[in-house]
Amino acid sequence: MQTAPDPALLLARFQFAFTVGVHIVFPAFSIGLAAYLAVLEGAWLRTGRQVFLDLYRYWIKAFSIVFSMGVVSGLVMSYEFGTNWSVFSRKAGPITGVLLSYEVMTAFFLEAGFLGVMLFGMNKVGRGLHFAATCCVSVGTLISMTWILASNSWMQTPRGYTIDPATGRFMPDDWLAIIFNPSFPFRLVHMGLAAFLSVAFVVGATGAWHMLKARRAGAIASEPVRVMFSMAMWMAAIVAPLQVLAGDAHGLNTLKYQPVKIAAMEGDWDTEGRAPEILFGIPNMRTERTDYAIRLPLAGSLILTHSLDGKVPGMKDFPRDQRPPSPVIFFSFRIMVGLAMLMVLVGFWSLWLRRTSALFTSPVFHRVVLCMAPAGFIALLCGWVTTEVGRQPWTVYGLLRTSDSVSPIVLSSMAVTMAAFVVVYVIVFGSGLGILLRLLGRAPVEGEQGASPAHPADVLATHTHPGIAGPIPGEGA
Amino acid sequence: MMDFAHWLPIVWAVILVAAISIYVILDGFDLGIGMLFALERDRGRRDVMVNTIAPVWDGNETWMVLGGAVMYGVFPGAYATLLPAFYLPIVLMLLALIFRGVSFEFRVMTRETAREGLWEMGFLAGSAIAAFSQGAILGGVIQGVAITDGAFSGGALDWLTPFSALCGVAVMCGYALLGATWLVWRTTGVLEASCRRWAGRLAIALFLAIVAVSLWTPLLHAPYLRRWTDWPNILFVAPVPVLVVVLGGLLAAGLRRGHSRVPFLCALGWFFLCLSGLGITVWPYAVPPSLTLWDVSSPPSSQFFQLVGTAILLPIILTYTIYSYRVFRGKVTEADGYH
Repeated sequence: MQTAPDPALLLARFQFAFTVGVHIVFPAFSIGLAAYLAVLEGAWLRTGRQVFLDLYRYWIKAFSIVFSMGVVSGLVMSYEFGTNWSVFSRKAGPITGVLLSYEVMTAFFLEAGFLGVMLFGMNKVGRGLHFAATCCVSVGTLISMTWILASNSWMQTPRGYTIDPATGRFMPDDWLAIIFNPSFPFRLVHMGLAAFLSVAFVVGATGAWHMLKARRAGAIASEPVRVMFSMAMWMAAIVAPLQVLAGDAHGLNTLKYQPVKIAAMEGDWDTEGRAPEILFGIPNMRTERTDYAIRLPLAGSLILTHSLDGKVPGMKDFPRDQRPPSPVIFFSFRIMVGLAMLMVLVGFWSLWLRRTSALFTSPVFHRVVLCMAPAGFIALLCGWVTTEVGRQPWTVYGLLRTSDSVSPIVLSSMAVTMAAFVVVYVIVFGSGLGILLRLLGRAPVEGEQGASPAHPADVLATHTHPGIAGPIPGEGA
Repeated sequence: MMDFAHWLPIVWAVILVAAISIYVILDGFDLGIGMLFALERDRGRRDVMVNTIAPVWDGNETWMVLGGAVMYGVFPGAYATLLPAFYLPIVLMLLALIFRGVSFEFRVMTRETAREGLWEMGFLAGSAIAAFSQGAILGGVIQGVAITDGAFSGGALDWLTPFSALCGVAVMCGYALLGATWLVWRTTGVLEASCRRWAGRLAIALFLAIVAVSLWTPLLHAPYLRRWTDWPNILFVAPVPVLVVVLGGLLAAGLRRGHSRVPFLCALGWFFLCLSGLGITVWPYAVPPSLTLWDVSSPPSSQFFQLVGTAILLPIILTYTIYSYRVFRGKVTEADGYH
């Protein structure tokens, strides 16, 4: 059995998980939305159709909110490695710190440097340069994701290092091996698709909301609404199935390099061939069994090894003090997979409706898409819980324990800052969400205004589409 | 290899100090403008103040992220001791910067609603608390950190002393001065006139604070005092205080004679001199009074790999940062925004 957990360690972990969990939503949102904005502006420049410019100006307001929340929550992360995990930082900093520095220099500056031009510079620099600025911001978000996932993946599947016997530090030997470690390509693709899919469902749900509102008012939704809904549903139809394939490949990769993580995700205790898949159950770390299990014969082997008699690992093959907490990741994994399946279904449904020309006229479908608004983000967060909690009890997999990584911070300090983080995050990001919902609750109109610090009144409230003025979601919620 | 291990940390110390200086100057005037909200209540003029920095503040704050990341990568020993040592003020600063950062958007987006006041206040208080925390952390580093076996071994409130509090107030005055002189440069009319007035008073306050900190610092540790008084050191360091006085004179003259850019440049000069003085004082310690640069460095393979990228990327970053400043150059008034 593991020894009783130190409360300061638990709080340090919880604080980090809370702050990074809030943070991760915003960069994912920015990755997807920046790419969408680049596509919209590109389409506008190519076709000259006003609808693309209207949509660009509509979504850039949401982008400016999301991006600024990402910046401020990300600033916390760049210091929290040191405040909460100083031993980890000292030992792994020669590798992870360098990767983070490259992220700042290749991505953060690029994004921040061109964000001002993107938000406020349309009339100052001309169309071509403005489009270049949008592309720079979008590319910046992708570069940022690449570096941080290289660093995260190195913690999962460390390569290219030697451990200095005197200090216990990880010394870099081969930077290519460090960056292109075995789980990196899989995690990169999986996360990138997750970001695109999450944003597709937010854009789709926004479109669905405005179509439902227009329908209630007896009007036809405006062109920008229909175009954004259609674009989002194309993304769902294409990316959701791709994500299933990517997730499957990532799972196989994890099985190869972190088999105990897979065993804990599946609630499997004994290594066996022709293994069933446990659809539901409650893994019990103490009794080493999964209670109330509902098993689907052979499916476990089929899913994990793509063969009916493939061998699937069980947690009992690994010492108790090296097993991740199965009850957490068993469920987070299932929520993620369940939502993924729903997203795939929505994608296929949209294709069917398109065939019958009912994409814009099916209120049932629009209601479903509206309910799916947070599906991508919830799945993304559950995926992160699965991979990060599944890495436990290590920070650097198999080499440095989480309990040996923590800072010498006293419990009282941790408790005070934890409370402060929760209060501030609830106020700030709760308000941000409210503002975002208010922005998206207003339909895009023809001749949409851009983001402007000087004429703030334009941002909200001035343009109400005739006939579709309705209650604002988020108000009073 | 021996040479590498000796020189790389020095090169990195220079780069890190440069990055921190750039941060202090750029976000300094942003935070200063936030604090000046306390003196300017008119909403239209507040909008102008914010509009002078809205397109660039993101990039300015990125220098702080760079500072953290570079320290993490090339001086992990400092990152792993200073951050736990200053845990509380760092968290306070981060939370304040969160409020300040989102207030740029939120104060506009919540206009004419019940929440408007919260974000106007968030911008002001966030800026003030962030500035104070940064000064207090700086003061805390100068006064020294308790280290045992390369790890922080002090208490949670060790950093809070009269000296660090003085440094906190000094940085608040300094940032407010940067903000006021920036606005003298970038605005017109009533706002510019107010800023000239405020800048004059802030300059006096900052000058007194600089004198107080400068007299107090050498008394903290004997090596600090020797650095400033030993022969022939004194020949090289004496110009620093002399230049502070000269720049103060220029600043006052610039404000009085209606110069647009001179006051801001003089304020920048003061910051440069103060940071230089600080560097002279603590060199070669990364975590005074016990850990030197070499004690806290990552291996040469890390520092070298990062240096290659930095040598290529930093000039590019500076180029497009300057470009984005140029796009939004010129005076900002209430009548014109960015459309």
